[in-house]
Amino acid sequence: MKRRPAPRRPGAARRVARRVAGMAAVLAGAGTLAFAALRLIPGDPAATLLGGAPATPETLARLNAELGLDRPLAVQYLAFLGRAVTGDLGWSFQHGAPVTTVLGQEIGPTVRLTLTACALAVAGAVAVALLTAGRRASRALAGAVELVASSTPTFWLGIVLLTLFSFHAEGIWLPALTLAIPVGAVLAQVLREGLEDALTQPFALTARARGLGEWRVRWAHALRHALVPALTILGWTAGHLLAGAVVVESVFARPGVGRVAVEAVLAKDLPVVVGAVLLASVVYVVVNTLVDLGHLLVDARLREA
Amino acid sequence: MTLLDVAGLTVDFGTGEAAVRGVSFHLDPGECLAIVGESGSGKSVTARALLGLSGGEVAADRLHLDGRDLRTLNERAWRDVRGRRIGFVLQDALQALDPLRRIGREVAEPLLVHRTVPRGEVAGRVRRLLADVGIPDPERRAREHPHQLSGGLRQRALIASALACGPELIIADEPTTALDVTVQAQVLDLLAGLRAAGTAVVLISHDLAVVARLADRIAVMRDGTIVEQGPAERILTDPGDPYTKALLAAVPEGTAPPATPGPPVLQARSITKRFGDRTALGDVSFDLHAGETLGLVGESGSGKTTLARIALGLLPADSGEVTLTGEPWSALPERLRRPHRHRIQPVPQDPAGAFDPRHTVARILTEALAVAGTPRADRRDRAADLLRQVGLGPEHLGRRPRQLSGGQRQRVAIARALASDPAVLVCDEPTSALDVSVQAEILALLGRLQAEHGLAMLFITHDLAVVRQVAHRVMVLKDGDVVESGPAAEVLASPEHPYTRTLLAAAPRLPVR
Repeated sequence: MKRRPAPRRPGAARRVARRVAGMAAVLAGAGTLAFAALRLIPGDPAATLLGGAPATPETLARLNAELGLDRPLAVQYLAFLGRAVTGDLGWSFQHGAPVTTVLGQEIGPTVRLTLTACALAVAGAVAVALLTAGRRASRALAGAVELVASSTPTFWLGIVLLTLFSFHAEGIWLPALTLAIPVGAVLAQVLREGLEDALTQPFALTARARGLGEWRVRWAHALRHALVPALTILGWTAGHLLAGAVVVESVFARPGVGRVAVEAVLAKDLPVVVGAVLLASVVYVVVNTLVDLGHLLVDARLREA
Repeated sequence: MTLLDVAGLTVDFGTGEAAVRGVSFHLDPGECLAIVGESGSGKSVTARALLGLSGGEVAADRLHLDGRDLRTLNERAWRDVRGRRIGFVLQDALQALDPLRRIGREVAEPLLVHRTVPRGEVAGRVRRLLADVGIPDPERRAREHPHQLSGGLRQRALIASALACGPELIIADEPTTALDVTVQAQVLDLLAGLRAAGTAVVLISHDLAVVARLADRIAVMRDGTIVEQGPAERILTDPGDPYTKALLAAVPEGTAPPATPGPPVLQARSITKRFGDRTALGDVSFDLHAGETLGLVGESGSGKTTLARIALGLLPADSGEVTLTGEPWSALPERLRRPHRHRIQPVPQDPAGAFDPRHTVARILTEALAVAGTPRADRRDRAADLLRQVGLGPEHLGRRPRQLSGGQRQRVAIARALASDPAVLVCDEPTSALDVSVQAEILALLGRLQAEHGLAMLFITHDLAVVRQVAHRVMVLKDGDVVESGPAAEVLASPEHPYTRTLLAAAPRLPVR
């Protein structure tokens, strides 16, 4: 067997530095896009900020000066980024409070909802994949169900579940389930494929030849191999969960960042919308960094790359 | 008392003819039975049927282990046999051990499944098992993952996991394939030690010379049936079946036909290469003449492949120079080297990885012809012509790599190398992934092409028997240094360096007939 000489291993400090720099770059990009969206919306930003209320030219001019909207675009952009870095995302006109306060108050329920949904999706997907991998009839059935589940719009799923189990509407389980089903369906497909691949590998034969039962081969050996691609998908679905939270919180009339964002969009409360976008990108970047670290935990071979 | 008694074993996958038909053999404690055959002969299926893991429909007149009828076992009873009564060792521990788990957990697994040892004593038992199979510093190794161990240590760890519950029978399916000869010899010695201690061994291999070292009896399999079996000595020296004779003839034993070397085409002067603080090559020089083969011998990590990559101009040397047909080669920038790349072509170890699996043979060859400047209109005909030269027909043009056997794939790789009419072929272990019988065909093909085209060949291998058969001159590399070089016949007949002698002693070889 040939072994290539391993490339020089970058120090842990350098790897962390590189990763942090990458995160910062992604967030700066998200901030830039959010800023551009703010400015690209047609009409006078000050008028928009006033929410369409009638205003005299003097009021508008005063507001423009107050908000720095009369300064050059580049200056405004840098000022916007600078404020965002220090945690100042502006003022919500609708709520009459700083955007960070508005979002901060609502973030708890959303985190609870998405984490519960995530746990449900992972548990369900692992169970379904372990039970159906490599079993012709059950995998066909599960595959069909997953296809339907993963392509069902969240709002519709939520309404159906609400109708079916309306008496449970107050709890977290119904909205979490609504969020979890499409994500879990995709995860189950990826996990099953990974399991089936792992079960045909020589190490699975070795494990069976040691006297392991089928279930133990799946649980103790194959599952870990299937987790590698599934983790990537899980990071990817962080975005899906956030987008889904917007819909689910509205459908189930739950408090949360998603519902605040929807209300802000409807009320043209742009600082809150931009704040929500930035929050979503922070979550996305953090989750995907955790996923990369998870890969290192699962597969020791990656630690040397 | 017979330990394993198999009669009329048949395994059917329901795809036409049964994969194994009417196979019978028996095995005493402390005895080694070798089952030898080519890929697809049914030898591995037979081995798995003994564990109830063949995946097919198994029928037998007798299938007894230590007096117990294995045919009547249900899944639960089978699990009790696997790992506890029968240990199983596959080839290539990098894949046969779970790559995501630590060595210690893998070795401990049979102990935990069968509960032969109290939980608290498992760690100590694992360390002792690793030490018993000759792994130094078992405490540290138990905490490492398979990829962190050398190929030989990994294979030992795999054997340790098969031995964990003290089975009376070990089934080893090509346990030394993909290992260097010296490591192979060590692993075979380890199995011999087990046999001496009373463990019975079923050894599966495609190579009669490998099993000659260990087997008491040999069964030769072909197309699902045993064509001949008997005491190892008789099978190896006085085979009755023509197929056995063919397998024996395939074991490389000959010497290369004399060559009339032409002018030097590839010259290396004082090549050095370091990777970090490791010296891969320290001052290596050689001349390769037209029409001659230079055998480059050494173990994994000796620098052979690094030297090949430098010769191909794929890797820059730290110092020294390579010239091709008298012109600068390694010193050129890639832009100037590219027009001459067709003069020197590689033949890979595993062509399955060197082809795009979606391309047909026709596309693989016409692409190479296009790079070599063949006019579009002629490419198809030239491709068919190349296939003919390597012993394949135009019917193979439409196939994809997966639809070819290992030997056919290697023939296509050689045809691709020939497409640009090269002066030099750099063959990096071109037969080490092949059955012995197929290896013999490929070596013969390379010899014929060399005679026809006056090709110069740099032939890299860890197998001295192969070198003896193809090379006119030999260069032995150890840790990046040339320890011995000279005419093949001389070096192999009277090696001067102790390392060359070690390699020679480790090379599998048939008893003198």
